[in-house]
Amino acid sequence: MCLAVPGLVKNINGEDAEIDFGGVIRKVNVSLVDVEEEDYVIVHAGYAIEKLEEEDARKSLEVWEEVMEAQEKMQG
Amino acid sequence: MKPNFDQFKLRDAKKAKKILKKIEDADEKIKLMHVCGTHQDTLVKHGLDPMLKKVGVEICQGPGCPVCVTTQREIEEMITLAENGKTVAVFGDMLNVPGSEKTLLDIRSEGGDVKIVYSIDDALKMAKEKDEVVFISVGFETTIPSTANVIKNGPPSNFSILPCNRVVPPALEAIMDMGEIDLDGLIEPGHVSTIIGTEPYRSLSDRYKIPQVVAGFEPLDLLLAVWMLLKQVQEGRSEVENEYKRVVKEEGNVKAKKLMEKVFEPTDVRWRGFPNIPDSGLKLRERYGMYDARDKFSDILGPLKDREFEEPEGCSCGAVLRGVMKSNECTLFGDECTPNDPVGPCMVSREGACNIEYRYR
Ligand code: SF4
Repeated sequence: MCLAVPGLVKNINGEDAEIDFGGVIRKVNVSLVDVEEEDYVIVHAGYAIEKLEEEDARKSLEVWEEVMEAQEKMQG
Repeated sequence: MKPNFDQFKLRDAKKAKKILKKIEDADEKIKLMHVCGTHQDTLVKHGLDPMLKKVGVEICQGPGCPVCVTTQREIEEMITLAENGKTVAVFGDMLNVPGSEKTLLDIRSEGGDVKIVYSIDDALKMAKEKDEVVFISVGFETTIPSTANVIKNGPPSNFSILPCNRVVPPALEAIMDMGEIDLDGLIEPGHVSTIIGTEPYRSLSDRYKIPQVVAGFEPLDLLLAVWMLLKQVQEGRSEVENEYKRVVKEEGNVKAKKLMEKVFEPTDVRWRGFPNIPDSGLKLRERYGMYDARDKFSDILGPLKDREFEEPEGCSCGAVLRGVMKSNECTLFGDECTPNDPVGPCMVSREGACNIEYRYR
């Protein structure tokens, strides 16, 4: 039940926004987050619960690759 | 702009292999628990569960399924409301959960007004056309802010909620405190943590010296989380780390937290398979009391108070939820208990360990 999926904010109208889930557009309540149009959000049960940082998805992996590689080197 | 969701899909098989190799090389036997049906889904769907087992990592689900941990009493309350002519709005996962004799689905086929909703806002809309609408408020911290938002905005007087919400950290504490299961680390739920942040887990690490990592839901998220926990174990650390930084902030979603606090206060509540867990449930604060279906319909629900409700005979949901038993070790699994003909809620909810095991086996 805590399943939440990413979507892209299209039009904001007060508490509600139209969100693009990859072709399917749904109305979502955005009152819990501070977002602008073209932001990515994570949506659960009709509410955007957080903004998704585009860069961070890639970054989190890169960071880990670095960490793991550094460790490899240390172990020789 | 067209959305590009692929950037959030962390499924690179090569990278996964690399992390698995690291885990294998660490040569450590560890037992972990997560508390989230979506984590379980990722683990089973992508076959990570057996892969990890092979390299010494065992992971169990624990009480991470809001529908599964509801008690027979709560299910009976929902059914009783529907039987007595109220419009009952529920998330789909609740529909087929067996009460002592019937399910909400049975009541619906007998003419009861049971409606599936995707969001509390759908239930609110129904209040415009219906007589009395009761939203069955099931869910962890991920879901609770939406409920709080509707209540704060002052819904119409024919709208109420049946609070069956639970919060995660006290349940983790109960697991540690009961000491039934020897755990080396906890994988914390990413979307619960999106709301509450990483701070609420800290006391657990301090007190029980248990490593914790907040994790996302892609296969690589979980593999990284396992590896991070393994590192903590090997280095003798017991910290709260965050693997899911692209969503989870240290402080969580402050707006959502404030809203929750404004509308609800903590209360003791039972979880299926657990005794009463202090402060693990929520009740509406006094100024919002008129929206509490338990008070509003005390004439209907009152008689349930003195009754005892037995969990379904032979069902081991409780043990599964405490992590001491695997779904397929239950003697009813797959024979007498299937998603089409479920005995316990763990087979009904798509977040339940038994349901997930059955679907992907
Ligand atoms: S398989 Fe069915 S009966 Fe067994 S624990 Fe799971 S839900 Fe209960």
